[in-house]
Amino acid sequence: MTNTLAVHEGPRFDVAAVRREFPVLARTVHGKPLAYLDNGASSQRPNAVIDAVDDYERHHHANIHRGVHALSQEATTLYEGARDRVTRFINARSRHEVVFVRGTTEAINLVAQSYARPLLRAGDEVLVTHLEHHANIVPWQIVCEQTGAKLVAAPMDSHGEIHADAVEALMGPRTKLFACAHVSNALGTVLPVRRLIASAKAQGIATLIDGAQAVPHMTVDVQALGADFYAFSGHKMFGPTGIGVLYGRESVLERMPPWQGGGDMILAVSFAKTTYNGLPYKFEAGTPNISGAIGLGAAVDFLGSIDRDAAQSHEAELLHYATARLDAIDGLRVIGTASHKASLISFIVAGVHPHDLGTVLDQDGIAVRTGHHCAMPVMEFFKVPATARASFAIYNTFEEIDRLAASIDRARRLFV
Amino acid sequence: MELSDLYRDVILDHNRRPRNFGDLSAANATIEGFNPLCGDRLTLRLKLAGDRIEDIRFEGQGCAISTASASLMTEAVKGKTREQAIALFERMHRLLTDDSAPVDEELGKLAALSGVREFPARVKCASLCWHTLASALKSAEAQVLPSVSTE
Repeated sequence: MTNTLAVHEGPRFDVAAVRREFPVLARTVHGKPLAYLDNGASSQRPNAVIDAVDDYERHHHANIHRGVHALSQEATTLYEGARDRVTRFINARSRHEVVFVRGTTEAINLVAQSYARPLLRAGDEVLVTHLEHHANIVPWQIVCEQTGAKLVAAPMDSHGEIHADAVEALMGPRTKLFACAHVSNALGTVLPVRRLIASAKAQGIATLIDGAQAVPHMTVDVQALGADFYAFSGHKMFGPTGIGVLYGRESVLERMPPWQGGGDMILAVSFAKTTYNGLPYKFEAGTPNISGAIGLGAAVDFLGSIDRDAAQSHEAELLHYATARLDAIDGLRVIGTASHKASLISFIVAGVHPHDLGTVLDQDGIAVRTGHHCAMPVMEFFKVPATARASFAIYNTFEEIDRLAASIDRARRLFV
Repeated sequence: MELSDLYRDVILDHNRRPRNFGDLSAANATIEGFNPLCGDRLTLRLKLAGDRIEDIRFEGQGCAISTASASLMTEAVKGKTREQAIALFERMHRLLTDDSAPVDEELGKLAALSGVREFPARVKCASLCWHTLASALKSAEAQVLPSVSTE
């Protein structure tokens, strides 16, 4: 793969060149060209990722950290090379701070059980916001049940905006941990995480940021953000499923007990006592998702090869264009109108249930998500059972948005 | 596979103007159905007189398929005995899920729902109300029953 696939043509982002890197985008669905607008659920993979995984599977597979033979060495080098790439990608201080996990969900559960559970006492509070994904609610509910702590949700306004003041008002001496999304998966809202992290830190409150929806859209610098933990998934940033990252500050990870026991997380085991391995291996019990990590490393390289500022502008233009096109459709209501949004739009259409809309769009080759987006408190807040959500990636086009608008119109004519 | 196979006129009509929709104050059995995939919720209220479904109404939020299916179902089972309604549930279950069987045209308007066979993601939308009804009828007690989920 070249590192010049996305170049400016004047001020424009070369979408066609990016699209050529994603083989699936050339296929048709129900006889129509695929318009893949479900990137918030999972993004597609570029050749670089597919090839890296394929090369590993064909030539280098063996278990890592275990063998003196050539394949085990090669697999280990590739796996640890991926960790180094991720370390640089998020600007972590050290590779010890990058723990490979299954995904964002597992990362949050790890922190809930290994960090929060030993810390929390009855009466303590875990603070989240109203717009969180279930993966940033349920692990905290579980640990609250285990410890007698209380889960508190900071309010959002009718635009789906989270105001820092309102969150800060709920940070107090009982608050032991603050966890929030960097970008809302259901609404697109970008949260004021830098300020919230600083406010929490000033009061000695630990912080976790769910970055699953942020990492694909913006450059994330964990040192600049300053959170104790930052979690994200590979498959939403053009990498494979089943691999993700828990970033944790080294001094915090050091103090945490292992979450799962098994091979690779130990230095020595006897029936009397086990000595744990150092970071990050203490948190990587068992044979990990080696090919997934290698694919994630390739996805990091891919993102490094494109002009991310230009990509971000392109996505902003897509969002702006889609918002204008959709707003012009009679009976369509955009759910989530925060001033600072990532490139996704949740919406409902009067008289057309999102599930029916999803089927009509699918028949036109357009993939969107319909449902509650694993954010039922958000749906409850807006008094809707579900929404349709178009979520964009760097490879989406204005023409696809035109098709989306036309297909929504077709659905309206059918049902209304 | 065409959209019009799924959204036949009878389905669009029952979606726009659902029959037997609303509360039923004389109900002596109430049961709720839930489809966690799409958030559809359905409340069925039945007035059972001995072995017979004397009246039935439904309420809830759902897609066109689930709304039309519930509307068509209430029309079809009103006046039927428990046994007849359960037999109809079984025929509907085959209609919705067994795409190797010929469409059971004797089901009349209900046969319009057979289009979901070609849309696997939508089978549960059509079957939710039927599972909910069967659960209510199979329960010995005619009273407030536990809720039913398609998952």
